[in-house]
This record gives sequence, C-alpha cells and structure tokens, in this order.
Amino acid sequence: MRNQQATKLLFEMSRSGRRAHHLPALPTTAESATSLLPADQLADAPPPLPELAEGDVVRHFVNLSTLNMSVDTHFYPLGSCTMKYNPKRNERMASLPGLVDVHPLQSDRSIPGVLQMLYELQQMLGEIAGLPGVSLQPAAGAHGELTALFVAAAYFAERGETERTVVLTADSAHGTNPASAQIAGFSTRTVKSGANGLVDVEDLKSKLDDKTAVFMLTNPNTLGLFDSQVQEIADLVHSAGGLIYLDGANMNAILGITRPGDFGADLMHFNPHKTFSGPHGGGGPGAGPICVRDFLADYLPGPVVEKDGDEYRCVTPTKSIGRVRSFFGNVGVLARAYIYIRTYGKEGLRRVSEDALLGANYLLSKVRHILDVPHGDRCMHEFVASATRLRKEKHLSAMDLAKRLLDYGFHAPTVYFPLVVDEAVMVEPTETESKETLDAFAEALFRITEETGDTIELAPHSTVISRPDDVAAARKPILRWNSEES
Amino acid sequence: MNGYLFHTEDDRREMLRAIGATSIQEIIDVQVPAALQMKRPLDLPAAADEMSLERDLRRLSAGNASVSSHICFMGGGAYDHFIPAVVDEMASRGEYYTSYTPYQAEVSQGNLQVMFEYETLVSQITGLDVSNASLYDGGSAATEAVLMALSIVKKRSKVITSDAVHPEYRDILEAYLQNIDAELVVVPSGESGTSEALIDAIDDQTACVLVQHPNFYGRLEQVQQIADAAHAAGALVIQSFDPISVGLLKRPGDLGVDIAVAEGQCLGNPLQYGGPYLGIIACRKELMRRMPGRIAGQTTDRRGKRCWVLTLQTREQHIRREKATSNICSNQTLLALRATVYLSLLGPQGLKETAEHCVVKTNLARERFAASERFELVHAGPVFKEFLVRDRENDVEALLNHAQDQGVLAGVPLAPMDSQYSDCFLVAVTEKRTEAELDRLMEVIESASAARSNQLAQTL
Repeated sequence: MRNQQATKLLFEMSRSGRRAHHLPALPTTAESATSLLPADQLADAPPPLPELAEGDVVRHFVNLSTLNMSVDTHFYPLGSCTMKYNPKRNERMASLPGLVDVHPLQSDRSIPGVLQMLYELQQMLGEIAGLPGVSLQPAAGAHGELTALFVAAAYFAERGETERTVVLTADSAHGTNPASAQIAGFSTRTVKSGANGLVDVEDLKSKLDDKTAVFMLTNPNTLGLFDSQVQEIADLVHSAGGLIYLDGANMNAILGITRPGDFGADLMHFNPHKTFSGPHGGGGPGAGPICVRDFLADYLPGPVVEKDGDEYRCVTPTKSIGRVRSFFGNVGVLARAYIYIRTYGKEGLRRVSEDALLGANYLLSKVRHILDVPHGDRCMHEFVASATRLRKEKHLSAMDLAKRLLDYGFHAPTVYFPLVVDEAVMVEPTETESKETLDAFAEALFRITEETGDTIELAPHSTVISRPDDVAAARKPILRWNSEES
Repeated sequence: MNGYLFHTEDDRREMLRAIGATSIQEIIDVQVPAALQMKRPLDLPAAADEMSLERDLRRLSAGNASVSSHICFMGGGAYDHFIPAVVDEMASRGEYYTSYTPYQAEVSQGNLQVMFEYETLVSQITGLDVSNASLYDGGSAATEAVLMALSIVKKRSKVITSDAVHPEYRDILEAYLQNIDAELVVVPSGESGTSEALIDAIDDQTACVLVQHPNFYGRLEQVQQIADAAHAAGALVIQSFDPISVGLLKRPGDLGVDIAVAEGQCLGNPLQYGGPYLGIIACRKELMRRMPGRIAGQTTDRRGKRCWVLTLQTREQHIRREKATSNICSNQTLLALRATVYLSLLGPQGLKETAEHCVVKTNLARERFAASERFELVHAGPVFKEFLVRDRENDVEALLNHAQDQGVLAGVPLAPMDSQYSDCFLVAVTEKRTEAELDRLMEVIESASAARSNQLAQTL
C-alpha cells in the first residue's frame, strides 16, 4: 500500500520546536558566539529551515525513495547512459575510512594508499584508451570535454596557431559537444551524417581548413554504430592540422576490442559512472577523466599523480592549463572505477564489452520486427529505433511508447535523441541484463504496439503521477516551496 | 570469471542464433576494421575476486591518515563537520543512488521532490529566490556564476575579485576566462581586509564582483557595501559563502548579493580527498533564465495532482546546444540529497548551534595560538571557523608533518597556494572539536620545536 503522506513536502511537515540534532553544551566559560562577531553582521534569526523529528526525516526520505525507478529495482535501458549494475562491493570498499575520510589538502606523505590507487587508475585508463597522458580532475563527462578543449586551445596557442578557432561537431553528437566548444571560446560548425548514420566524409572535407582546431567525434556514435571510416577521418583532420577529440560516452562497447588512441583520437574523456559502473546517483555525481597523447600531457590540469621510486606525489604538469575545479577530483567515483577495473581485470573488461554487444544485438534482432531500425541489423552496445511509422499508422509516438513501458515495469529508453533520427527510441541494455529480461522487454514493446486509445494516450496508469504539465511548469515557474503559494 | 555477467553458454548460443551470427567476434568484425582491433589483451592487473580485492583495498586504506584516525584542523574549503547517521542511511538506498536523471518524471518523483526540497532549502539559507539542482563543486560554481554574470551584464568584460577568495577558485576562473573575451582583476587584501580594495576597483567596465565571505582566511568582508558600490556601477555581485555560517551571519540575499555560490561539502558530505562535492548556486529571480544546470519545478499532472518535473530546459545543452547557458548536463543529486537530509535534521536551531560551536571553539583555539611563543595570529578581528597562523620559525612543513605523525592534522599550509603567506597555515575548528583536542593540538605543535632540537642534537 502506498503511503499517502509520501508527497508532503518537508516544509509542510514542520512543527515549531521539533528537532532531530543536538550538540553538546559549549564550555560555560567561553565567550559567546554573538559577542565574538560584529552586531551588524549577525542575522536576526537563523534561516527558516523546517523543524522535524528524526523519525519524520527518515520516513519521508525512505518513502520518497520508493517513488523512483532505479537500476537496483528495474531494467533501465536508457540509451547513451549505460545504466549497468552498480556493484555493492564497490560501495563498501570505496567507503573505507582511509579513502572516504581523507581531507583534500592532506600532504602526499599522509596518503600513500590514496595516491597509489589514483596513480594505478591513471595507468589503467591510459592503457584502455591507448592515450598515455591522464588527468582525473574533471567532475563529469561534459567537464572532461571542456577541459580537453582547454588543453587543445593551450596547445595551439603555444604553437602560435591562434587562427584555429573552429570546433567541428557531428550532427549526431551529444549537445554537450557544441556547448563545451562555445564555453572554451571556439565557434562551432556541424558535420553532417550520411544516410548510413556515419560521418559524411565529403562534408567533413569541405569544412576542414586552417581554422579547424578540433573535430569532436563520438565513436561508436550515438546511433550505436562504429564508424569504420575513423582512420580516414583522423588522417584528414590531422593533415589539416587539427586534433581529434573522442567523446568517450560509448566506451562500454569497445573495452579491449579497440582503443581510441589506436584509431586516431588525440584526446578523450571517460565516463567512469557509465563504463566503470559508478552509480549515477539520481543524476550525479559522475567523473570525467581525460586521456591525451604524449605531446598534450604537459597541458593537463593539475594535480596528476606521479610515481618516484616507491613514492607517489601530486604534481602539476609544466604547461598546465591550471585547474577546472577545486581539489583533486571526484575521488569517490574514481575509487569505484578502480575497484571495477580490478574486479574484471585484463580479460574480463573485453568480456564486458562483448556481452554488451551481444545483448544489444540480440534485442535489436527482436525489436526490428516491432519498430523500424533505420541503420542496419548490426549495432555495437546500443541501437536507435524509430517510431515514425507507428506514429503515422497508429498515432503512437516515441513518447507514448516510453510512457507506456513504465506501466510494464521498464524504465523508458532515451527518446528523441539523437536528433538525426525522427521519433528516436534509443535502447542500451548493457551487459548486466539477462536474456529473460531482454525477452520480456521486447514482448512488452510488441504488446504496446497492439494497444490503442486511452491505454496509450493516458499512459502511464500505474505510476504515482501521469503526464505532468511541462509547459505550465516552464511558463509560470514554481522553483521552491512558498508558504503563501501552497 | 569475476564480475557481474549473466549469460550462460546456452544463452549465448541462443542469442547468437537469434541474431544470425556465429560468434560475437563476427559481430565485431563486420563493424570494427580488423586493422583497428587490438591484437593483445589489455595490459591490466589480473581479475580479482571480492575477498582478495577487499583485502587489497583495506591495505590501501590503512596506509592513509584520515579524519577518522587523526584529529582534523584542516579547512581551506573542505571541513570535518559531523555527519549524522541518517544522512548515510538515506543516501545508501539503491532507489536513490542507482537511479539517474529524472527524464521520466512519473518514475522519478522521489528524486524530483528531493531536488525541489533542496532548491527550497538553498533558497532559505541564501535568502535568494532561485536555486538550481546543484553544480559540481564550490569552485566551479563560482566560475559558473561569473560566466552567468558576464552573459547578463552585456558589453562589459571585467571581473573583479580579491586574493582573499580561495586560490583554487581563482585558478579555475583564470582557466575558464583565458579563452574568452574577459579580464580578471585580482585585488590584494592587505592587512585591513579586502572590502575597500574591491570597492575601489569597481568601474563602468565591471560586469561583476566575486567576493568570498567569510573569506579564505576566515575573515568577514563588508558584503553589503561591496554590493551597494557594484550596483551603483551597474555590476552584479557574487558571494561565495559558507552554508554553516548563515546559522549566525546574514545571508547573501540579505546583503544585497545577486548570485550566491557555496561548497556544499560541509552539509553532510564526506571529505573523500576532494570529491564528489556539491556546488551550490542561487540567484535573484530576475536572473533565473541565465542560471546554469538543471532545475526542478512544481507543476500538476493530467489528473491535477501536484508533482515535480525538470523545467526551464530551454536553457540547457540538449536543447540549445552551442547557445546553452552552460555545458553542464548533470547535477550532484546524491550529494544534494545528503545536504537536504542534513539540513532537515539540523533545522534552524541545529544550524545556529553548529555555527556557534564553530565560532566559539575557533576563538578558543585563537586564544591558545595568541598565547604561544612560536606562533602569531596573522589577522586581528573577527573570524568564523578558521584563521591564519604564522610560524615565526618559518618551518611549517616540518611542523605539520610532526603533528601528523602524532595523530593531528594541524592545518593547511599556505606555501603551495598563496606565496605571500608561505610561512603560515590555516587552522579550522568545526563543531566536532573538543577543548581536549584543542589542547592536544597545541601540545603537539609546541613539541615540534623540541623534537627538532633533539633531532639536531642527536645528529651532532
């Protein structure tokens, strides 16, 4: 039975005088806080936070948690997000006090274990990428992209190639690519995809010139296709004097199979929260470590960890772009990646990608009898179907499919992305789902395509809410609780 | 084979048959050119089972000093505040930490409501109208606020800040601004503090002023006066504040600040050597549509029921691409959840008392340093929860190493990040510290000189 209290806000539960947290008494002889601070700096009262008992707080947040779908509870085939199982052992090991209770400004000599772990992770990521220069600092994939573009800008500036002001992005790319380029001070031009979903090499050629700084490539791309022309693309960009940036969002497809550094990338980021099983935390935290070629390593943000004999120490690279966030990086997320990579080891990681491919291709073989899949009958770790025909014939849109799937107990795939596919339905099953789950998902999809009317249009029916009014939310924004408005 | 894979050999055969392939290698070969495929296994350690790996990790963990094993007086932007058990319990629920961005609001009302509650709490502690659902950390949040101000105050490119703003925050700002058309002016703080210098530097080219209050040295700035001067010149004011401090001190919104940012680590988040942390940002509602990052808002569903969704998404990269207000496409929901639980537990009285403990015990520590022969307080005047100490023997590194070996993390040395105070260290005192621990701190660092003389005597 659903707890009806669950959707009350903390502020509506507040009762004056309730409290959960108590501190010890201050020394009676000490000067009081208010006498130690200037009167004109003091607030009249503390902020009007809710007043709650501990039991209130626990029941509230436990009940709220039950309103979420999660990897622990449901199949979550959200394309491009790699919602794989988040190992419990990672949580326990990463929470050991010598890892989780370390202050970020502690001396190198006080944390040999932390630095050893981070150094080894740098080495592992460099090996998996085939790019030896590694910075663990960026806080998320988009942050890694931006950092790598700062590195590219510093590299070109030092070479005196300041006219290289253009970043090329693929039309199938994540929106973060052009947004990052803009913030890094570049202008952007879009390279088209061909009918086969791969980079249109002729279009790329026409846009390459002496203004080109970086081509940002996603490979496998957002359609789940490996761009077999990647070597040619890299050669073209390099001979125009540009660099290749690889958006590493889809690394779960190619671990130990092929390496960005081997197919021409000069810089890339990893999403350890996708590829290496860091939990997504309801939207974050992630991390966005970047790997670069030797000749770019001196520009990386600092600190990075170096090994000198048996000692590990933090150093800032000689021509560093500086830093992109405070302190070392998202060490908690990186620790989970380290534990994950050590769990699978040298041969296991390739098996991860092989099973990701197997699962995606198996699901594709079933789904292509239900939905159109515009880009072929093979994929890497994910595929993009289209609901265009269903929409025309049965008034069933990608959004309807997504909403109705929730009633069947499946999280929806990513819909309406990538932009190059009309009514896109982007499915990424990951390697941590059984054949039975994939069968059940395909069966649900099929049954939905047989449904009509309110069953579809008013879906979902079984969830705590259904089809919220997004337009009203944006038109008249209510972004906080207000005692007068509720 | 260690790991989390599902398929039996029978599964694999059946799946390959359905696909119409004879092997997974065949699926790879039709897509990845042979010349690009790896011909060798990755050069990584061998796979490890859970028991062996945990043994290794325990060994790595045991080698580190931490705030669990040592008494911590380190601050400088990250603090050893107490984390109530409820915070860890709630955040360790898989329904929270193994979910993702609430793209499907119907199955994400838990996270969305938490975001809305978080935004409300941030509004309450900042005294400002609108908070987003969080950014990466306090340092990058300060830079995002500056970028936001530059986009709002048109045709002005000057950003003014002071050297009493966290040095790493200024480094981030520098890294971001060097690639765009903007000028960063850093005014020196001097003995009397930075407020006057900041006010003097404001001119008609100034887009925004970034001030930290309490500042990097723990001191209080005159934010109201800075805000008045900036507004008179048509510029915006950004304050980096300490969320604990507003238990006692006026909030950014009460001081006339336009955009407030903070490091939210202090609100129930562990130190974990620097991250993940929580970037707090809030602004006046007139600036709302230039806010970076995700925002949750209230609406109703088709049955008229109150609910929550991600909103104002036309600011964001997945819609606007290169015209987005920021490239950020995530937020720190799990850490925002922890902050939300933390503030719910503390309430107004708990936050106030926590702030009082910081102020009172910091003063007790200052009295001890002031009475010491070896050390001097660099600044007179009020501080919140940390202060700068000068080592007259100019031997900070050895001093702190000695203290660490005696079980005390005595402070943050400034030499690596602030050359004007290379003979100084920052001492932070949170509500967790006791008088006995303050005594222990003094005992340990006062014995450092003696330890050194003994060592010298022995080598002679």
